[in-house]
Amino acid sequence: MTDATNDIASGERSRALLSFTLATGRFLLMLAVTIFGLLAVTFFIGRIVPVDPVLAVVGDRAPAHVYARVREEMGLDLPLWHQFAIYIGNVFRADFGNSILTSRPVVEDVIRYFPATMELATLGTFLGTLFGVPLGVAAAVKRGKFIDHVVRVIGLVGYSAPIFWLGLLGLLVFYSKLGWVAGPGRLDVTYEYMLTPVTGMVLVDSALAGDWAVFRNAVSHIALPSALLGYYSLAYISRMTRSFMLNELSQEYITTARVKGLSETRIIWFHALRNAAVPLITVIALSYAHLLEGSVLTETVFAWPGLGRYITNSLQNADMNAVLGGTLVIGLVFVAVNTFSDLLYRLFDPRTR
Amino acid sequence: MTQRSLLEVEDLRVRFHLRTGLVEAVRGVSFKVGKERLGIVGESGSGKSQTARALLGLTPPPGEVLANRLTFDGIDLLAASRRTLRALRGGRMAMVMQDPKYSLNPVMTLGAQMVETYLAHTRAGIREAKEKALAMLEAVRLRDPERVFSLYPHEASGGMGQRAMIAMMLITDPDFLIADEPTSALDVTVQQEVLRILDALVDERGMGLIFISHDLRLVSSFCDRVLVMYGGKVMEELATGNLSDAQHPYTRGLMNCLPAISGSAHPLPTLERDPEWAR
Amino acid sequence: MGNLATSSRRGRLRKWLTTNEPISRGQARLGSAYRSWLAFSRNPLAMLGLIIVLALIIIAIFADQIATPSPVVGGDLRTERLQPPGENHWLGTDNQARDIFSRLVHGSRLTLMVVMLVTVIAMPIGLLIGTVAGYMGGWVDAVLMRITDIFLAFPRLILALAFVAALGPGIVNAVIAIAITSWPPYARIARAETLTIRNSDFVLAVRLQGASPFRIITRHIVPLCIPSVIIRVTLDMAGIILTAAGLGFLGLGAQPPTPEWGAMIAAGRQFIIDYWWVATMPGIAIFVVSLGFNLLGDGLRDVLDPKAEK
Repeated sequence: MTDATNDIASGERSRALLSFTLATGRFLLMLAVTIFGLLAVTFFIGRIVPVDPVLAVVGDRAPAHVYARVREEMGLDLPLWHQFAIYIGNVFRADFGNSILTSRPVVEDVIRYFPATMELATLGTFLGTLFGVPLGVAAAVKRGKFIDHVVRVIGLVGYSAPIFWLGLLGLLVFYSKLGWVAGPGRLDVTYEYMLTPVTGMVLVDSALAGDWAVFRNAVSHIALPSALLGYYSLAYISRMTRSFMLNELSQEYITTARVKGLSETRIIWFHALRNAAVPLITVIALSYAHLLEGSVLTETVFAWPGLGRYITNSLQNADMNAVLGGTLVIGLVFVAVNTFSDLLYRLFDPRTR
Repeated sequence: MTQRSLLEVEDLRVRFHLRTGLVEAVRGVSFKVGKERLGIVGESGSGKSQTARALLGLTPPPGEVLANRLTFDGIDLLAASRRTLRALRGGRMAMVMQDPKYSLNPVMTLGAQMVETYLAHTRAGIREAKEKALAMLEAVRLRDPERVFSLYPHEASGGMGQRAMIAMMLITDPDFLIADEPTSALDVTVQQEVLRILDALVDERGMGLIFISHDLRLVSSFCDRVLVMYGGKVMEELATGNLSDAQHPYTRGLMNCLPAISGSAHPLPTLERDPEWAR
Repeated sequence: MGNLATSSRRGRLRKWLTTNEPISRGQARLGSAYRSWLAFSRNPLAMLGLIIVLALIIIAIFADQIATPSPVVGGDLRTERLQPPGENHWLGTDNQARDIFSRLVHGSRLTLMVVMLVTVIAMPIGLLIGTVAGYMGGWVDAVLMRITDIFLAFPRLILALAFVAALGPGIVNAVIAIAITSWPPYARIARAETLTIRNSDFVLAVRLQGASPFRIITRHIVPLCIPSVIIRVTLDMAGIILTAAGLGFLGLGAQPPTPEWGAMIAAGRQFIIDYWWVATMPGIAIFVVSLGFNLLGDGLRDVLDPKAEK
């Protein structure tokens, strides 16, 4: 049936492609403005740091002419707009400066740490969607019944409990008391250097290498943090799914489907959910973006060597280049995810084509 | 009109248990319809739509349907299993909904929605279903069936959408059709055309029809008999040929309110309602 | 309502409040507030939320009376460190022999202060930007909304983190950082409301009387936007508390020895395996208070904005 629908619709789709391309142009312009804004914000934050960057280089007792020369070298005597232009230029050449802490270029650090964060957030969103959507649908269909209350409680806990606290409790119970999962970190120390990074994501790399001992160990390490992130994502996704489904189920076309004598299963999981899926895409993307952000806290709790922990470590060492570089990258990923979800939205909803 | 009746309704009641108390939307409606055309007329809130939905077993959740007798072709609709009801709905009984803008699934093409209906009630393959759908689109006099087939509801005009709706509901050759204000959401110019199509198809296929409307004149021109409803009850049942014999003050009131070309009506007549009727 | 209601004074008051024909504007307003209250009080979860939030306020006000041990200076380090919950210390003591219960009670002041300050800073900014953008339209609207979108495009916690990094750690800077990241949704809501109000007859009438845009916005539009913004703010309060706690946990919020709940969890983290209560208790406090604000916000939304969620 779905095949037939797709088959029938394919002609329409290709026709829609043209207007789609035009809309994309406008879209790209907006995107450029947003990215420009992101750069302005990080630049501005870099300017309000109370620490004098020149003093940080030359030290307190440097004579005035040395101070002035370094200041000039660092471009700090230029007018602000000029500095901003240089900053943008640097960012486009992927130059975020060097990290004081690791004494490597920030870009290198970001590339090294980002895959771990992505691995965790992706798995979390996957789990959250896998369980959250069916739960939300069930809650909407059985409104006011037991399952609806369960979803409500899951949502309330997810919206109210601090993630780092639940993470700590999780470690306490499942790692130290029950011993079901491995502790903090991505791998046990013994496995740490057995793996050559390809994608930087341990699960993927160990599977690619066919090294199942490492894979099992990695699963045991990622289970708890990804379950935790999955829970938060589930709380959000199930609640939104419920609300979208309630809205769809009250529409007239659902009555039409019943008049047609379709089964409830098909009405709920095909007719209503297909329509609810359109706004759900945005919700899932948002949830993914939030998990990237939440990584700052989760990664600290689980000693997960990702971008979030990189940022917090740099913060505690006043390593502003690293902080701003990491912040900007997460901001860009955030924008990228939202953009992607917008594009998907257009593809999914015939009305926006 | 001496045919065997298909649908028999006796003392139908539809109730809603709300937090504010019990609301009875339909209160003891009885009628019989065969392969003929029955019109149900009433103002909004008179229970006409709830009557139609109860016939199809589509009363929304907090509602409760009671009746001494509610049968379709001898099948007890209140006692029937959900499976039987599903097979009847869309298979032997169908309903044309009011506004194609809301009653069609926005993310499916018109064709896919028709094909789906056919497949739900026959053992046909997709190819056959598609052919049948195209034939139906032609039957509702759409000029370019292939194109309409691949349109999404928002791409079709109101008249097109409603014709596709009719085509979708008749694709399984039902014995009985309910049309719930099928033209009220359309432009006046399109209304006539859609009605003509419906008229022709009902004749051609010899279906039974319940036509629900608030427009007495429209119903009287279209149906054999008219049921006038008010406050969830039947006020009067009339053959359309002798509307002028109407006894009930509510029916007479409705008729007085019809605009007439000859003569001026000053002041405009207003509809008088007596709470006693609804008791 | 029979004889009983009319004979008693309460009954008369209720009748006055629920009348369909209020004589004065004040009566109409009180009447609608009363009806909202009736709807609100029928929702047990919303009432629970209200009770939690009221309890938080009372505890914050009477912190010194409720918990007498010092939240900052601990007891005897040799005998009173890391005591489990018991008779002397209801919730146990931490590694500096401080009473955890007392620290939590005094920490409620900080939590409440953060929530109030963020609201006081972010709500006017959001209202102003949203109403101005909505009322003026044109390029003003385009520019302001683009700025709003840029702030919305940034993940909140990360942005707050970067601001705190720049401003330096501390509770005041944390509040500023959270406020800077909180206003965009309020601006969005205020703008949407303004767009529906902008062309209404009463605004046109005021404009014809020669009122300046400033006056129209501040006196006629802002008051109408406030209810929906307040609902959103209440729903956000749990988020604000969690963000503040998160910053505290990362050591960027309140500095020791201040009894901030997030920082307390961070401090208890190293003992969690042997002395679970040190990190668990403040977490429960954060959870309960966020839950309270969430329930209250949900309840308010259900009563005041029936369209939002069915």
